[in-house]
Amino acid sequence: MTKVSSIPRTSRNSVLDLVEMSLRSVNQLLHDTRDGDFLIRNPRGAHAIVCGLDGNLKVTIEGHVGYYCAGMNKRAHVTVIGNAGTGVAENMMSGIVHVRGDASQSAGATGCGGLLVIDGNASARCGIALRGLDIVVKGSVGHMSAFMAQAGRLVVLGDAGDGLGDSLYEAQLFVRGAVKSLGTDCIEKELRDEHRAALRTLLDAAGVRNIDVAKFRRYGSARKLYHFHVDNAGQY
Amino acid sequence: MCGIVGLFLKNEVLQRNLGRLTGLMLRELCDRGPDSAGFAIYGDERKGITKLCMVNRDDVVDWSEVADRLASTIGADVAVEEIEDHAILRTTGSGEIARKWLIDNIPSAYVLSQGTAIETFKGVGNPAAIIERLALETRAGTHSIGHTRMATESAVTVAGSHPFSTGDDTCLVHNGSLSNHNRLREQLLRKGERFQTENDSEVAAAYLASRMRGGDTLQRALENGLRDLDGFYTFLVGTREGFAVIRDPIACKPAVIAETDDWVAMATEYRAIAPLPGVEHAKIWEPAPATAYAWSHAA
Repeated sequence: MTKVSSIPRTSRNSVLDLVEMSLRSVNQLLHDTRDGDFLIRNPRGAHAIVCGLDGNLKVTIEGHVGYYCAGMNKRAHVTVIGNAGTGVAENMMSGIVHVRGDASQSAGATGCGGLLVIDGNASARCGIALRGLDIVVKGSVGHMSAFMAQAGRLVVLGDAGDGLGDSLYEAQLFVRGAVKSLGTDCIEKELRDEHRAALRTLLDAAGVRNIDVAKFRRYGSARKLYHFHVDNAGQY
Repeated sequence: MCGIVGLFLKNEVLQRNLGRLTGLMLRELCDRGPDSAGFAIYGDERKGITKLCMVNRDDVVDWSEVADRLASTIGADVAVEEIEDHAILRTTGSGEIARKWLIDNIPSAYVLSQGTAIETFKGVGNPAAIIERLALETRAGTHSIGHTRMATESAVTVAGSHPFSTGDDTCLVHNGSLSNHNRLREQLLRKGERFQTENDSEVAAAYLASRMRGGDTLQRALENGLRDLDGFYTFLVGTREGFAVIRDPIACKPAVIAETDDWVAMATEYRAIAPLPGVEHAKIWEPAPATAYAWSHAA
């Protein structure tokens, strides 16, 4: 992609208004910037806002965002003061993405690292195919969350919908409320001291205080689905 | 893909702006459905009058002649209002009988809807151009539903555009695709339902119409659809009094609902709701899977 040359060199603490600037020019400006604070106004549900950031940026978005906001995020700290559409922070690598409202389906999908915090609820397939990202949802998550999640953690302060952790690999799931049903090969596991300590550290990082970590239940893989069993050889 | 919008006005003052607001919503979803578009507007009810909305297939239709023939067949007055390639026939006779006669006897046109309140328009091409050509933004009414289409299960034709009629004053727009529509169409044909296309969404519309003719409420018909319709869908169903939303149990197809004191809006994506007045105070949520949500002006 060619660089947008008409954009003035950015200064710290810039306000970027999506009514006045095109989304592409805002994203390009942030790609060309290594640090600074930015406030984005009038997102109005647009897609792919602040995708692919790679810098010590602090970006606040004032309003609701559409699909894939902060996808592939590296190092940047992105705050959405509003709701997020499908696939917020999908495949993020590092940094922090914080949604102050609700998130739509597939929040944090395939995320490799960093921290995604959702203050409200996340709908279906939250943390699908997770690969190392930590997700903290202060509300509840929808059905098929953490489907085929390989690594990383999904922490839910509220409830989880049907089929939690279906076909799970080695991601760790912690739910404080009710789980409607567990997916295939997902089982409850003992919450030991080391899990409680790790949970405490993660919740601190997510800004969650005054929560009794002993109230969480831990879920993980029964490891029966992803290992080959000779007894099942006839079914292949 | 495909985009769906619906706008239900609680505040009567907004009724004269229904078309303008629906147009704002639909324009946001042009890129989700760039090949065709359609919309249904509810309003302009006149006592004892049924409206039949039609569109010509390819040739120019002599609507006055169609009206005269229909009038003499059903023994009732029929008036014509021509709008581009569409016509609204207003009759004092039975809408159901008129619709059947028009489907059987006027092969050069499609019947898009019938009812006392509903007016349906559709076209092929860029949704924004269709909105302008059919003057959506000038229309008034109580509620509306609209659709932008990216075709999957049948050809890009005006008949394949949404909404599809589901009987008196009801219609359906669909985001998704059904996999058992051929079998279901055969079953519905045997029950006497009439089809004008090969489209899967028309089968869903006929299914709901058939269920409601058999005594189901809209809510019950939608719940039965969870069992009988195999595929992916978010449906928005317009009725004389309001509209209803339902998503299939897997809920891959997106939907968002927003409500203020003045209106209820449903759309495939939030960006279609973002231009509405007072949206900053709206309660916004995603409809849960396999759950019907309905709003009605009826007390």
